[in-house]
Amino acid sequence: MILLGPILLSADPMATDAEAQFQPPNARHPLGTDLLGRDVLSRLVYGGRQTLLITVMATLVATSLGALIGSVAGFVKATWLNRVVMVVVNAMLAIPGLVIALVVLTLTGRGILPMILALSLSQIAPVALVIRSAVQTVRHAGYIEAAVSMGARPLTTLWRHVLPNIRPTLFSYVCVIFSYVLLNGAALSFLGVGNEPGTPDWGVMLAEGRAAFRSAPWVSFAPGVAITVTVWAVNDLANQILLSNKRTVR
Amino acid sequence: MILALLGRLGSALAVIWAAATLGFVALNLLPGDAIETQLRLSGVDADTIAERRAELGLTASAGERYVRFLLAVVRGDLGESWLSGEDVTQAIARNLLPTATLAVGALVVACVLGILLGVAAALAIPVVSASANILLQLSLSMPIYWTGTLAIFLFTVQLGLLPSAGAGRLSQLVLPVLVLGYHTTGAIARVLQSNIREAMSEDFVRTARAKGLSERHVLGVHVLRLAMLPVISVIGLQAGFLFSGAVITESLFVRPGIGRLLLDSVIQQDYPVVLGIVILAGMLYVTASLVADMALRFLDPRVTL
Repeated sequence: MILLGPILLSADPMATDAEAQFQPPNARHPLGTDLLGRDVLSRLVYGGRQTLLITVMATLVATSLGALIGSVAGFVKATWLNRVVMVVVNAMLAIPGLVIALVVLTLTGRGILPMILALSLSQIAPVALVIRSAVQTVRHAGYIEAAVSMGARPLTTLWRHVLPNIRPTLFSYVCVIFSYVLLNGAALSFLGVGNEPGTPDWGVMLAEGRAAFRSAPWVSFAPGVAITVTVWAVNDLANQILLSNKRTVR
Repeated sequence: MILALLGRLGSALAVIWAAATLGFVALNLLPGDAIETQLRLSGVDADTIAERRAELGLTASAGERYVRFLLAVVRGDLGESWLSGEDVTQAIARNLLPTATLAVGALVVACVLGILLGVAAALAIPVVSASANILLQLSLSMPIYWTGTLAIFLFTVQLGLLPSAGAGRLSQLVLPVLVLGYHTTGAIARVLQSNIREAMSEDFVRTARAKGLSERHVLGVHVLRLAMLPVISVIGLQAGFLFSGAVITESLFVRPGIGRLLLDSVIQQDYPVVLGIVILAGMLYVTASLVADMALRFLDPRVTL
């Protein structure tokens, strides 16, 4: 629905209308208008596109890099490499995700790309840790030992035999990371260091709507509900993946 | 036991060192800093900027600064703020109490609520478990600033019961603690719920039931004891989330504290303060996981450090 939005909606998310400040939901503006008379529904849809774009990109970067680091650290026998990776991963885990993201944004400034960088960097370590232990549990399974003894190269083994077997863990964890990234991203925008003020983005909208919550609760209600529903759905998906996997194993 | 503990302490120190190094490297990657921004804005010429930089030891090579920084940290000296000139350790100490009060309060709320919700969600009574499940899911999916906004609207604006900003009085602590605590509840409750479900299918539960013990006794004594163990690790892990949560909560409820200090320093590019807080966060994380491991070992003799 968020993808189709721009085709269905006529209202411009940035168009201001001085006459239509803080209109409650009505026929022309189904979710009402905000401080500058901008249509909340259309901002919600466009904002969803930007918010979800950032979230999806950051999730992809974090999980692919994290999975790469984690699977190599869990699979390769070199103990010194394993140790070095673990010290770095633990150090990144020791700093709360939001703090890492804040530090990165200090260095890069605001915008979409800095947001993706900040959010993905803060989630690489947890992914690496989870994938590393998942790889270690399958590492000594018979089929892996067989592939290695048949002379398969380590990277080939990793890609063709190890990764498919930890796929449920990976997929359900991707969902978890997605919801963290969405919540953290909106938090950064809320704190005023993420996306530029004024852009249609759920976090920014929530922050702007909060100031006028008393007189126009609908302005922040829409993005607040949107974030909650998205995270709930994604969390549910993660549980479903894990549950169906448990059933097939048994 | 003592050897294992020493080993854990050693790796804890290694993690703090690595976190400090990561922070130092990251913050030294780019040339821009508070001194330049600040002084240039006030229209000072390049010489004064250079002078001020030399005064703060910023002209030395990165390697030299790193060694100096590490030696200072070992002595407990985190340097001074580039903007206010205040000692970073003092700035942190000044802000530590409000944040610690908030975090400890929230953790207590989260533990109590989390255990109640986790048990309720695992019960076989449909209405109870369904509503507990909804509360649990909401805690996991509602952003903290959204719960907070709603709570302020309800308790401050509509009911006029509690103040929404400031710190010092007990009444000003209630809303932030509840909001941050509720946010942390979900993770604890979910782990407890799935553990109880799993433990319910164990043999000893069947044995206990077969002995004719009441369902309440089986759940309260036999199942909970087993199911609580992993929850302790989860509580230890929440330290980091509480820290992130405190940043948002403090900004939402306009409270002084470490979170606000961090946010202000980040926006003003006051790197020594940021770095000091990064080290503090690292120490907190390491301590929390160490304490959680010790508690686990104390409660469950099967666990080794």
